[in-house]
Amino acid sequence: MSLKFTPDHEWIRVDAAGVATVGITPHAQDALGDVVFVDLPEVGRAVAAHDTVGVVESVKAAADVFSPVSGEVTEVNETLRADPSLANTDPQDSGWFFRIKLSDPGQLDGLMDEAAYAELLKSA
Amino acid sequence: MSHTASDLISTPLHALHLELGARMVPFAGYAMPVQYPAGILSEHLHTRQGAGLFDISHMGQVALRGDAAAAALESLVPMDIQGLPEGKQRYALFTEAQGGILDDLMVIPRQRADRAGQELFLIVNAACKAQDIALLQTLSDRCEVVPMPEQALLALQGPQAVPTFARLVPQAADLIFMMGAWMDVPAAGGPVRIFATRSGYTGEDGLEISVAAADADRLARLLLSLPEVKPIGLGARDTLRLEAGLCLYGHDIDVSTTPVEAGLTWAIQKVRRTGGARAGGFPGADIILSQIDNPTLAPRRRIGLIGLDRTPVREGVDLLAADGRHAGRVTSGSFAPSAGGPVAMAYVTAEFAVPGGTLYAQVRGRAVPMQLQPMPFVPHRYWRG
Repeated sequence: MSLKFTPDHEWIRVDAAGVATVGITPHAQDALGDVVFVDLPEVGRAVAAHDTVGVVESVKAAADVFSPVSGEVTEVNETLRADPSLANTDPQDSGWFFRIKLSDPGQLDGLMDEAAYAELLKSA
Repeated sequence: MSHTASDLISTPLHALHLELGARMVPFAGYAMPVQYPAGILSEHLHTRQGAGLFDISHMGQVALRGDAAAAALESLVPMDIQGLPEGKQRYALFTEAQGGILDDLMVIPRQRADRAGQELFLIVNAACKAQDIALLQTLSDRCEVVPMPEQALLALQGPQAVPTFARLVPQAADLIFMMGAWMDVPAAGGPVRIFATRSGYTGEDGLEISVAAADADRLARLLLSLPEVKPIGLGARDTLRLEAGLCLYGHDIDVSTTPVEAGLTWAIQKVRRTGGARAGGFPGADIILSQIDNPTLAPRRRIGLIGLDRTPVREGVDLLAADGRHAGRVTSGSFAPSAGGPVAMAYVTAEFAVPGGTLYAQVRGRAVPMQLQPMPFVPHRYWRG
C-alpha cells in the first residue's frame, strides 16, 4: 500500500492487487470549501493519466478531477455522490472518489510521496 | 478589475476579519472576507436562523443636500423620490439613455447627522461607486453631493437580528421594513452613533447600519459578543441574496438590461409612469415606459430556475429549449443551501418565460434540466409590522 500525491492535489493509494483508490487531498477540500456536488466517471471507462474524469463543486467553485494514472475505472464512491460533504469531512478515507485498475504501475513513480507533497504545500 | 494585494483597500474591520480567521479575497478593489472558518454553508444557514454580521463597508455612501435634491435625483432614476417621507427607504435604479441599468441603490431621506436639516442618503454598489458619484456630480448645480468615505457599513441579518439588536437599542424594534432612524448604541468607551435601516440583501429581517469608520470595529466587536451573532462573508451573502431572488449588479442587471426585462417594474412608482404626475424625465424614459405600457417590447425576461438534478449551474451557462433552440443564459447560479439544491437566475427570450417550463442548462456537454420557478426561491421574511 503506497500513498502518492499529484500536483493537482489528489491522492492515490494502491492495494496489493494493483487497484488504486483516488480522492482529493485535505488541502484541496479546504481550498474549495463546502463540497455540494461530485460528478464521477463511469465504471468500466478506460482512462489515460491526466484525463479529466469528474468534477467536484463547492458552493463557490467547480474543479476538475483528473485521473493520476492510466487504467480502467472499477468502482466509484456512490456514498460520496449522495453525500458530497464527505469530501470535506473525510477526504482521505470515506470521501474517496473512484477506483482504477492500473495499466502501467510504473506511472506511480512519477507521483509525489507524502514528504514531497508536504514540501509542495509549503512552497505554494 | 484586477488588483495586487498591496493596492487593495482595507475596510475599517480588516484587522477583525484577520483575527476571526477570514479568507480574504479581492472584490471591487477591496480586500473582503469571502468566508470565515465556519464556511459558506454554515454561515448561510446561520443567517437564516440566527443573526449574521456582514461587513459591507466597500459599498458607497453618498448624501445629497439641498431643497432640490429629490427633484434632482429624479432626473437620474425612475423612482418617486419627492414623495418619499423622511425615514422611509426605497430601492432605486440609475438608468441610461437606452433604458439600461447603470447601478441599483437605496435611497432614504433623513435628518443630517449635524441636525442641520434633511438630506437624501444613498447607498450604491462598490464596483459602481466612482461612476455613480461622477453621475451624481452632474447634479451639483441643483444640490450638494457629499460622498461619505469616512463611513463604514455593517449588515445584521436574520430572524434574530432585530430582537438581538433591540436588547442594546430597544428603538430598533420600532422600525418596520424599509424604514431608518438615527440611534445611539450604548458601548464601552461611549455610545456609538449609527444610522440604521430595517433592510438588507438576504431576504431576512435585519438592519443595515452606517457607522463612522472610527467606531466600526468597536461596534462590530460588540455585536459579535452577542450569542446569536456570527460573522458572515461575501460568499454566503451571495447565496443568500440569490435564494431571495435579489439582483447582483454586473451579473443579473447591467447596462444591457432594462428594468422591465429585469422584472423590476414594481420599483417604478406610478407617478413616474405614463400618465403619472411626473411621468418620465429620467434617462431612457421613452424606452422604459413604452416597455411598461407594452411588455412585448421587452425582448427578454429575468427568470428563476431550480435544478431538477444536483448539478450546480453557474453564471454564463447557456439554456436550450427542449427542441434545441437557444432560450437564454444564466446570470447567477449556485447550490442554494436553504433551498437544498441548485438554483439560478437567467435571462430568456420572452417566449420561454413560461412558469413551470423546463429548460436545459448546457453544463460540460450535458443537458441539465431546470424548471422555471417564481422567485424568491426562499420566502422573504421582512418585518412589515
